[in-house]
Amino acid sequence: MASGNSDGQFPNRTGDAEYGNAPGRSGTGAAVRARPVLEALPVKVLIAGGFGAGKTTLVGSVSEIVPLRTEELLTEVGAAVDDVTGVERKTTTTVALDFGRITIAADLILYLFGTPGQERFWFMWDELAQGALGALVLADTRRLGSCFPSVDFFERRRIPFVIGVNCFDGVQPYPVEAVRQALDVDGEVPVLLCDARDRESVKFLLIALVEHIMATLRVADTAPTG
Amino acid sequence: MSVPGETWFDEAAGPLVRPYAVTRGRTRAAVPHLELITLVVAVQPEVHGAAVEPECAHILRVCALPRSVAEVAARVDLPLCVVKVLISDLIERKYMIFRAGPPPATPPDLTMLQKVLDGIRKL
Repeated sequence: MASGNSDGQFPNRTGDAEYGNAPGRSGTGAAVRARPVLEALPVKVLIAGGFGAGKTTLVGSVSEIVPLRTEELLTEVGAAVDDVTGVERKTTTTVALDFGRITIAADLILYLFGTPGQERFWFMWDELAQGALGALVLADTRRLGSCFPSVDFFERRRIPFVIGVNCFDGVQPYPVEAVRQALDVDGEVPVLLCDARDRESVKFLLIALVEHIMATLRVADTAPTG
Repeated sequence: MSVPGETWFDEAAGPLVRPYAVTRGRTRAAVPHLELITLVVAVQPEVHGAAVEPECAHILRVCALPRSVAEVAARVDLPLCVVKVLISDLIERKYMIFRAGPPPATPPDLTMLQKVLDGIRKL
């Protein structure tokens, strides 16, 4: 019994793995248990839209976990940094990100990230958008203008997106075509009615998004280069 | 006593912003490519007493199962930037391993997308 669990510190939970000495005690670095593996590839899509468009509700409708909230900390340094009084003005602001998770397969995990609604947190979008497969833009026809910035953002960065027109209380007074015209998006961009509270409806939107991403890739593949 | 015009914002001044106290004032992670969705898992979730700081021990326990950096931040209730620094330390000290998402500059792979599509349909 030369294994490190003889002192009872490290219960052998798998039953077959040898636990080594604890890191820091042996001086040889981390211990060896059954070597953990990370076989899953993480991917993400973004859920955008104006404040109150239903982003977190949508994430909650399909996520396998209760949507989690994480906070990014922004340190806002006052203008006069070289001034001692600047210390008092160095304040922090937090931007909340809500997200959910869908385990697609043992080797593939999809994360859904709601983007911060307020436009002053736009710089955060760049990190969020990096590597994103695509985006769902939730439109609220009572405040259609609030999703214009999201549409602009994804168009400029050539990130494929679909528009979900959220039907609050199941009511949608405008036809999809009117919304499409008002948003002035390319003909290929799917514009669909949805209910952010309804799992099937959200699944339908996600399916439309992935199909749209695939179609965009195929077009890019066949298009002449240059 | 400070000299007028002297900058206070340096390492010697120590952590002036409280959440960064646990990172000893550092705001940048040493391990690059730690993104929101980067997966991390503890090599050894239960570490011996004083081997690591309490916040790091908490992170390791949370990472007994693979988690994304964003999930870790939410579960240990620390700001993302702070958690990234701590995770980065833990990776460098070989307490954790990580796996990043697909490289951002490359277009997504169609086979992977098909898998996502099939997965969502089966939900």
